[in-house]
Amino acid sequence: MNRPIRRIAFVLGLLLVALVINVTVIQVFLARDYRDRAGNQRILLQEYDRERGPILVGPDPVARSKETGDTLTYQRMYSNGPLYASVTGFYSLVYGATGLERTENSILTGKSSLFVVDRVQQLFAGRQPRGGAVTTTINARAQAAAFNAMKGKRGAVVAIEPSTGRILASVQSPSFDPNLLSSHDPAAIRDYYNALTADPNKPLLNRPIVALNPPGSTFKLVTTAAALESGQYTPDSVLPGPATYLLPNSTKELHNWNGKACGTKGQVTLRQALALSCNTAFAWLGVQLGDAALRDQARKMGFDSAFQIPLRVATSHFPDILDPAQTALAAIGQYDVRATALEMAMVGAAIGNGGVLMNPYLVQEVRGPGLAVLQTTDPSTFGTALTTANAATLTDMMVNVVDKGTGTNGRIGGVKVAGKTGTAQTGNDNPAVAWFVSFAPALRPKVAVAVVVEDAGAAEVSGNGLAAPVARAVMQAVLN
Amino acid sequence: MSGPVASPSPPQPTRRLWELLLLVFAWLIGLLGFLQVQWANGEGASAQLWVTVTVVGVLALVSHGVVQWKARYADPIILPLATLLTMLGLIMIHRLDVAAAHKAEINGNPLPSPDVYAQLTWFTVAVILFISVLFVVRDHRTLQRYTYTLGLLGLVLLVLPLAPFVGTTINGATLWLRVGGFSFQPAEAAKILLTIFFAGYLVEKRDSLALVRTNVMGVGLPRGKDLGPILIAWGVSLAILVLENDLGTSMLFFGLFVCMLYIATQRRSWLILGGLLFLVGAVLSYVLVSHVRIRVTVWLDPWTYSDTSGFQIVQSLFGLANGGMLGSGLGRGFPNLVPFANTDFIISALGEELGVTGLVALLLVYALLIERGLRTAVSVKDAFGQLLAAGLSIVLALQVFVIVGGVTRLIPLTGLTTPFLSYGGSSLVANWVIVALLLRISDRARRPDIATPAADDALTQVVRRL
Repeated sequence: MNRPIRRIAFVLGLLLVALVINVTVIQVFLARDYRDRAGNQRILLQEYDRERGPILVGPDPVARSKETGDTLTYQRMYSNGPLYASVTGFYSLVYGATGLERTENSILTGKSSLFVVDRVQQLFAGRQPRGGAVTTTINARAQAAAFNAMKGKRGAVVAIEPSTGRILASVQSPSFDPNLLSSHDPAAIRDYYNALTADPNKPLLNRPIVALNPPGSTFKLVTTAAALESGQYTPDSVLPGPATYLLPNSTKELHNWNGKACGTKGQVTLRQALALSCNTAFAWLGVQLGDAALRDQARKMGFDSAFQIPLRVATSHFPDILDPAQTALAAIGQYDVRATALEMAMVGAAIGNGGVLMNPYLVQEVRGPGLAVLQTTDPSTFGTALTTANAATLTDMMVNVVDKGTGTNGRIGGVKVAGKTGTAQTGNDNPAVAWFVSFAPALRPKVAVAVVVEDAGAAEVSGNGLAAPVARAVMQAVLN
Repeated sequence: MSGPVASPSPPQPTRRLWELLLLVFAWLIGLLGFLQVQWANGEGASAQLWVTVTVVGVLALVSHGVVQWKARYADPIILPLATLLTMLGLIMIHRLDVAAAHKAEINGNPLPSPDVYAQLTWFTVAVILFISVLFVVRDHRTLQRYTYTLGLLGLVLLVLPLAPFVGTTINGATLWLRVGGFSFQPAEAAKILLTIFFAGYLVEKRDSLALVRTNVMGVGLPRGKDLGPILIAWGVSLAILVLENDLGTSMLFFGLFVCMLYIATQRRSWLILGGLLFLVGAVLSYVLVSHVRIRVTVWLDPWTYSDTSGFQIVQSLFGLANGGMLGSGLGRGFPNLVPFANTDFIISALGEELGVTGLVALLLVYALLIERGLRTAVSVKDAFGQLLAAGLSIVLALQVFVIVGGVTRLIPLTGLTTPFLSYGGSSLVANWVIVALLLRISDRARRPDIATPAADDALTQVVRRL
C-alpha cells in the first residue's frame, strides 16, 4: 500500500504548492491592489489608529484626538470648532483634510522625518507612533474678539504682528463646525457637508486667505505709498479733487462717494485726500504715477506673490496691462484689483513695520510626541515695501484718517491707531464690500488688522460703520 | 505491504530527547509570540500571558512524559509540531482577546471573558484525552475490532445535529450539538471514528474491491456490485450538505473515503470514479442547494458582494494584503476586522500579522506534521495501521487545504475549523486525539520486533481469515 500513499502524498504536496502560490500572489503581488480597494478600511484605520498630535493655540489644544470605542480608534475633536475652523480646517473620513490638518499632516501623524528619533524609540517600545504637536501663532483673545465681532456678518478678519509676520487671528464668517465633519459617521458627515456647500454664504470658504475681493479705497494706501516713493509727492502736495473725474479717453465719470468735491474749491492735499478717501484725487494721482509704478508698489507689498502660511493663500492681484482709465480705477482699488484679507493686513503691517514686509506665518513651532520643540519658525523678510521715512509719513497720514477722517470708528482710547476705510463695488449689481485696514499702536505696532465685510451696502461709511468696529475689537484684544 | 520480516529489526533509538528539545523550542517560539502581542499592546506581560505559557508548558511536559512512558518509540516530531500549532492558535486568540478587551474598555462595556482561557481549558481536556488514548489504546490494532461499532457511532454523530432538542443551527450550518451549556461539533469526533471505520472496513473488503471486471481505455473498472460503498459514502456526503448545509464536512468525508479506497485497493479507477461522483455531486448541489450556489458565486466574484455575502472573504483578503511579505507584526494589524477571526478566519488573522513569510512557515508546519503521519503510514507493517495513519493524515491535510484554500479564495469558502489553531473545543480535542493515534501507530511502527514477537504473523492471519 506504500505506492498509493506516496502518490497521495505527492498530490497533497501539490495542494500545498497551490496554497503557497495563492497566498504569495495575494499577499505580495495583489496586495497593493487590494489595499486601494473601496471598502478597505485598513489604510484609514492605520491613520486613525495613531494618536494624531494636537493643534495648539498657546498652551491649549484646539484640535486633538480622543480615543473612541468604534473601529476607528481615534476621533478628532475641536474644542472650539467654528472659532478656529479657518486655522485648523477639518479632518474627515469622507472629505479628507483641510487647513493645518492637511498641511501639517506629516507632523500630526508622526510620519515627518523630524520624528526619526521618536519613531525608533517607539519601535523599541513596541508602540504605535504618536503624532507631534503643532503650535500656531494665533492669539486666542484676538481670534475670539474677531469671531464675536463678525457674528452676523459675512466676511473675514486677519490680524498680523507687523514685526514678525505672525498671524494673530484668522477668522471666517460664517464658519462651520469641523467636529461635525470629523465624526465617524459618514452619513452624518455627508449630510452636514452637503448642507454647507448648499449654503449661499459658503461657510466652508476659508475667506481670510482664499476670498478675493476688490480692496476699494484701502488700496489708496498702496497708491499713496507709490506717490511718496516716487519722490514727487509729499503729504502736503495739492491734488485736484473735483466731485467728478472724467476717466481718460472715456466718457465715463468717476464720482466721489458723497458726490461732492473734496476740500476747498476742489483742491486737496494728499493727506486730506487720504483722510477723506477722495476718489477723484486718487484716480488723478494714479494716472500721474502710471500703472507701472502702482504695480511695482503693489508687488512690493505682496500682490502677485504666492504665499503659503503653510496654508496656500490665494494670490492677490494687480492687473498686468492697464490703460489710463483702468489705471485711474485701479488706483482706488477697483477694476481688476483683487486682494485677500491677509494681503490687506500685510499692506498695513508693512507700513507699520517701518516699510519692511514680513512673510506671514501660522505655525509657531513643532513639538515631538514628547513635547520637545523640534522646529521653530523664524520670522523672515519678504522685502522692503517703502522707506522707513515714507512709512512713518504714511503712518502719520493713516492716524489722521482715524482721528479726523473716515475711519473714526477705529479709535481706541489712549492708543494712536492708524487706519484706512474702504468700500468696493464687486460688479454692477453686486452689493459693496466694506474694508478696514489698520494697525496699532501707530508707533511700533503690535497688531495690523484687515477686516472685510461682504454684502455691506453702498455707502463709503460702511467701511467705518461695519468693518472698523471689528478691527478695533481685535486691536484692543491684542493690546490689552 | 511487505511480508513478514525474517530477522528481528535492530534496536531503534527512541529519540525522546529530541522530542523534548523540540517541545522546548516550540514553547519558546510561542512565548516570544505572546510577548510580541504584549509589547505591541504597549502594556507589560499580563496575567493571561503567564497563565497561558505556563499551562501550555506543563501540558507539553506531561504529554511528553506520557509518550516517554507509553509510546517511547513514537515519532519525536509529531508532538512538538502539534504543540507549536496549538500555541500559535492560542497566541492569535489571545491577540484578538486584547483587541476585544480594548474595544470594550473604550466603550465602557464590561470586559469580555478572555477566549484564550476557554481555549486553554479545551487544550487541557484535549491533552487529557490524548493521554487517555495512549493509555487505553495499547495497540492500534485493537481498534479494528470495533470497526462497525465505531462506524455506526460516527454516523450517528454526523446526523445528530439534525435531531430535535440537541441539534443547533449556528451561522446557517446545522453542525452543532447543544447539551446543557456546552455546544460541540460532532463532525469533529465523527471524522476520527469514520476514519477508523473506513480503515477497518477497507482492510476487510479491499481484496474484493480491488477486483477488476473490465478494462476501459487502460483503466480497470470495478465490478458493479462493489460500487455500493462508494455510492453510500457519496450519498451520505450529499445528505450532510443538503440537510446540514455543511459543505466543508461533506467534501472532507467524501475526499477521505475516496483517498482511502484508493490506498486500500491500489486501483486508480476508484479515484476516477470518485472524481466523477464529486463532479456530479458538485453540479447537483450547485443546482439544487442555494447555499452552495451563493458560495460559488461569491468565490468567483467576491467584490460585487463585498457588503453582503462576500463580506467575510473580502475582509479576509484585505487582511492578507495588509500583511504583505513580512506581516504587520503580532498585535499591530487589524485581524479583528475579519468576522470569525479566531475560528474560521484565523488563517487570515495570522497571515495579516505574520505576512506571507509566516503563513508559508505555518503551512510547512502542517505539511511536516502530515508528512510524519504519512511516513508512519508507510512504515507501519499492518494494513489496518497503514490505512488508519494515512487516513488520519489525509483528513488533516484535506481539512487544512479546504479551510486555508477557502479563506484565501483558492476554492469556495466552507466553514471548516483550522486544525489546532481555531478557537473551539471539539476541533482541538479531536485533532489531539488524531495526534495520539498517530503517535500510537508510529510507536508500533518503530518499535523493535523483539518487544512484540510475531505481530505481523498474527495480523496476516487475521486478514487472511476474513
